[in-house]
Amino acid sequence: MSPPTISGNRGLQIEEPLLFEQDSPGHCGVDLPEPEPFRERLGGLERRGPIGLPGLSEPQIVRHFTRLSQKNYAIDSGLYPLGSCTMKHNPRLNEKLARLPGFADLHPLQPVASVQGALELIDMTAHWLKVLTGMPAIAMSPAAGAHGELCGIMAIRAALEARGDRRLRLLVPESAHGTNPATAATCGYAVEAIPANSRGRVDLAALKAQLDGGVAALMLTNPNTCGLFEDEILEIAAAVHGAGAFFYCDGANFNALVGRVRPGDLGIDALHMNLHKTFSTPHGGGGPGSGPVALAAELAPYAPVPWIVHGKDGFALVEHAEAPAAHSIGRLKGFHGQIGMFVRALAYMMSHGSDGLRQIAEDAVLNANYLRARLSDVLTLSFPGACMHEVLFDDGFLKDTGVTTLDFAKALIDEGFHPMTMYFPLVVHGALLIEPTESESKASLDQFIAVLRGLAERAQSIKTGAGDAAHFRAAPSLTPRRRLDETEAARHPVLRWRPTPLQQQAAE
Amino acid sequence: MRYLPLTDADRRDMLASIGVASIEALFADVPEAARHPGLLDLPRAMGELEVERRLAAMAAKNLNAGAAPCFLGGGAYRHHVPAAVDHLIQRGEFLTSYTPYQPELAQGTLQYLFEFQTQVALLTGMEVANASLYDGATSCAEAVAMAHRVTRRNRTVLSGGLHPQYRAVCETYGQFAGVELLAQDAAPGGGEDLAALIDGETACVVVQNPDFWGEIRDYSALAERCHAAGALLVVVVTEMLSLGLILPPGEMGADIVAAEGQSFGNALNFGGPYLGLFASREKFVRQMPGRLVGQTIDAEGARGWVLTLATREQHIRREKATSNICTNSGLCALAFTIHLALLGEAGLGRLARLNHATAVAAAERLAAIPGVALVNERFFNEFTVRLPSPAAPIVEALAAQGILAGVPVSRLYPGRVELADLLLVAATEMVMPQDIDCLAAALQEVLR
Repeated sequence: MSPPTISGNRGLQIEEPLLFEQDSPGHCGVDLPEPEPFRERLGGLERRGPIGLPGLSEPQIVRHFTRLSQKNYAIDSGLYPLGSCTMKHNPRLNEKLARLPGFADLHPLQPVASVQGALELIDMTAHWLKVLTGMPAIAMSPAAGAHGELCGIMAIRAALEARGDRRLRLLVPESAHGTNPATAATCGYAVEAIPANSRGRVDLAALKAQLDGGVAALMLTNPNTCGLFEDEILEIAAAVHGAGAFFYCDGANFNALVGRVRPGDLGIDALHMNLHKTFSTPHGGGGPGSGPVALAAELAPYAPVPWIVHGKDGFALVEHAEAPAAHSIGRLKGFHGQIGMFVRALAYMMSHGSDGLRQIAEDAVLNANYLRARLSDVLTLSFPGACMHEVLFDDGFLKDTGVTTLDFAKALIDEGFHPMTMYFPLVVHGALLIEPTESESKASLDQFIAVLRGLAERAQSIKTGAGDAAHFRAAPSLTPRRRLDETEAARHPVLRWRPTPLQQQAAE
Repeated sequence: MRYLPLTDADRRDMLASIGVASIEALFADVPEAARHPGLLDLPRAMGELEVERRLAAMAAKNLNAGAAPCFLGGGAYRHHVPAAVDHLIQRGEFLTSYTPYQPELAQGTLQYLFEFQTQVALLTGMEVANASLYDGATSCAEAVAMAHRVTRRNRTVLSGGLHPQYRAVCETYGQFAGVELLAQDAAPGGGEDLAALIDGETACVVVQNPDFWGEIRDYSALAERCHAAGALLVVVVTEMLSLGLILPPGEMGADIVAAEGQSFGNALNFGGPYLGLFASREKFVRQMPGRLVGQTIDAEGARGWVLTLATREQHIRREKATSNICTNSGLCALAFTIHLALLGEAGLGRLARLNHATAVAAAERLAAIPGVALVNERFFNEFTVRLPSPAAPIVEALAAQGILAGVPVSRLYPGRVELADLLLVAATEMVMPQDIDCLAAALQEVLR
């Protein structure tokens, strides 16, 4: 170990204080003129004191955020195998096109005659999604996957109420994303868990036993969060419909199906897609996303406003929940949806075409199965047989090593990889859910496999006394920060910077 | 296909390693009837140039706001975004990273979100802010839901000065959640008595500042009436730049601030993606929706950041979560943070004054046109004028001449004859004196 540096920096890892700790009062990174004297119209409601924002010049700001960026891992820097997150390559063409002034510099309330191209863009994006899902209608406005769930479940509830059918329960598998039960609760439904069978799929007999006239819908992710296709899905759909309920599908894992399997052919009534997963719009460190929802004909009248119609003068917008949208659940967000994300997703779909989109699903499934085949002898595969676009292991292989899933994941960080999804789904112990996506080359997968095999062997060697669990528990040691204390953060929440008493005094 | 690195030889090798004869075998779990045999009815793959040509052709059919004098506001504002903002947010380490679930690999994202939360808290005058929601309208609906959780009451009063789309989103979110909304009618120029509607069942009163009509209001007395009755005051802000100049909601006694952050760092984007801001009092933090970043230390005692108080969130609490939100508006929050950092205290004040000066000049000029009357007493960078005839056809006529004259109120309140003559006009720093001349001359001409 080399001695600590004088600066605290370590080569390319440069320490960077908060913006607020770099204040040169009065400094500014934007040159603006003072307005000519004028008679103000604030009526005495102006601010009474300083806000407390720091002043910095442009070079300081550029350096600050560049240094922060260098503390991040990203799909641009390497494999990012977060299961159920679909961290695929984000083409830069999409960024360029989303910034065309003819899309980026449009105000949402311009007269519709002046934005016909933008409405065409929304309409064409919806058309591609309709063909890919095999479903007749798409609600375009939801802002992300969970927002799409809200849209779909509200449409289902509205459709049920319109036929005078008051149902109070939603069935959700134990392996579901947390957003599913949270959405159900927001829509006023009680959530009832349905069990999985020994093959990691919905237990059809148990489902049938739970289905009755009180069930509004089944919310199912397919492929499910164990990375498995629900192979009894046609029987599931028939049972759900037979009970007068609707079939909602969480399409977070649509990447496994795109171009090959149409959800409409599986008996699904509503399905959200995450454009920031399957259709490559960047995750941006936590958004923005976009979550269009495909709807069966029976649910289409309940879609949220706005939607687009073709009129004699071109495209028009239906913006209010009144005729011809009298059955609509209403408005789910301001304006028309995540237009910037539609540009990116459409560019992505056009780039691939019908042939390339089908190849996406095939390569994503192939890559995941290659990992499964090459790792099953050293990690513990949770369910036997082929997986779809992601593969689920559990912590069986770490038994008696003193190493946890968390330790194993953190050791992967020191090897230069982002960890897989940990401890999710909850249906297996110490889950390790790996989704490589179609963006990885075989060489990239082979390197990842070699690292995982090496770490697994290192963990096994602890049992013979040759290795040491401390190496895992201390990981990561090569990152800008070592393992962070999340318990302390929650126990004594510090959620913002505050000036020290001395700085406070100076400001006043 | 340029985005797919596997070669056919790789695919053959990998299938052999897996021990299957073809890719079909890996889709064996999909019922035969649901396996689409051939290609779907969509165009084939296209090169970059071809895609660019097609989308550019679509973009060219629009009148972009930069090509016209633009006076549109109504919840989305056209501001100058410094070049450094868009450069920095496109760094791949920001653009192509995920939600910071592994904090050791995401200190960059976590630190800027901590800075963002601080900026939002400072600007709104509130104690804490979250790491963003989808947009202003959904933030408003989340604020109502939070007020219902905090007070355990189920009635909400919505001001007639609230943006009508925000009201609509509150109605949608509330319809199946047992939320009773007392929505007041559109009130251009004021005249509503919200305090009279507060009683022991009231969870919160939702107001907007500047309101939908552009009027700046003092809600201090209303805050006191809310608190005396055990209700919360929710203040909505659709133009965050206004807080560079006017009294922030926190100093009026607001309990929750729900705002649209698009004005800083984010383009108009035809309405999205935008940036929901959400701030509140510290004592309510465990009832807040969305992600929160907190400060902590690492194993060696060095300061660092993590996502915290996750026991409020869907991935831990499932059906008992404070909201179902997961992905939010991270990159839009970064753009906001960088733009506001560039402005700083001094630049923010100057930019806000420039906006106000431009709007005052525009208002005075338009109000001098015969038949045009200014509705507002106090305003920031947006105001309402009453025209002698319905505003929508006038706006359409001016758009055909290449002038984006403002938002006809009828676009948001269709079928309301008494509101049809009203026009919302915003004038930001992007509006030049000759743009005001151009609008005034064209309006005068069309009204003749």
